[in-house]
Amino acid sequence: MGLVADILSWACLIGGSFFTITGALGIVRLPDFWARLHASGVAESGGMILIILGLCLQAGWGLVTVKLIIIGIFLFITGPTSTHAIANAALVTGWRPKPGTGIEQKDTPPFYDVKEPTVRN
Amino acid sequence: MFLVTLIALFVAMALVLCRLYTGPMVYDRILAANFFGTAAVLFIAVLGFFNGRPDFLDIALLYALINFVGTVATLKFFRYRSLGDARPGMD
Repeated sequence: MGLVADILSWACLIGGSFFTITGALGIVRLPDFWARLHASGVAESGGMILIILGLCLQAGWGLVTVKLIIIGIFLFITGPTSTHAIANAALVTGWRPKPGTGIEQKDTPPFYDVKEPTVRN
Repeated sequence: MFLVTLIALFVAMALVLCRLYTGPMVYDRILAANFFGTAAVLFIAVLGFFNGRPDFLDIALLYALINFVGTVATLKFFRYRSLGDARPGMD
């Protein structure tokens, strides 16, 4: 199926698995929850896109590539969305990055008075 | 080549399970579960290619949908302490 496509897909797959492992290591080893959010973002977007691209190159033109692209688009949209939802839920319930962890603590209002959303029940 | 990706994804999923177990905060666990789901989707897709069965991609797509809904539902539960059960007044 074309030497060039094979080499390209092989490189994409290896790159994608490299990003996935880096993201997983980041999720395990980073000190703070807020830092782990970044690691999860790296792995989900970078690793996912490269692996899907590698598989698309391997599959060539056809229905399989269409399915792969659908999966890729869906994951591309919902990955960051779910990571944002997790960060927002943590922020709203009152979790804040500890000042000592190198994340400089802004004492200006927008960071502190995130108003509590009205709970309906 | 697919085997290398399968092993890498498997190692990533195992690592994330460690974070899921030790995560101090509930949102760490939700984050780890979310990443585990995405890695599982990729794992199923690559497994489909590895065994030469293209119908695995439908399973992977379905799992991606369910994983997203599950994450958001868990977040809603931990945020509002309930999934918004129907109040008596609401018809």
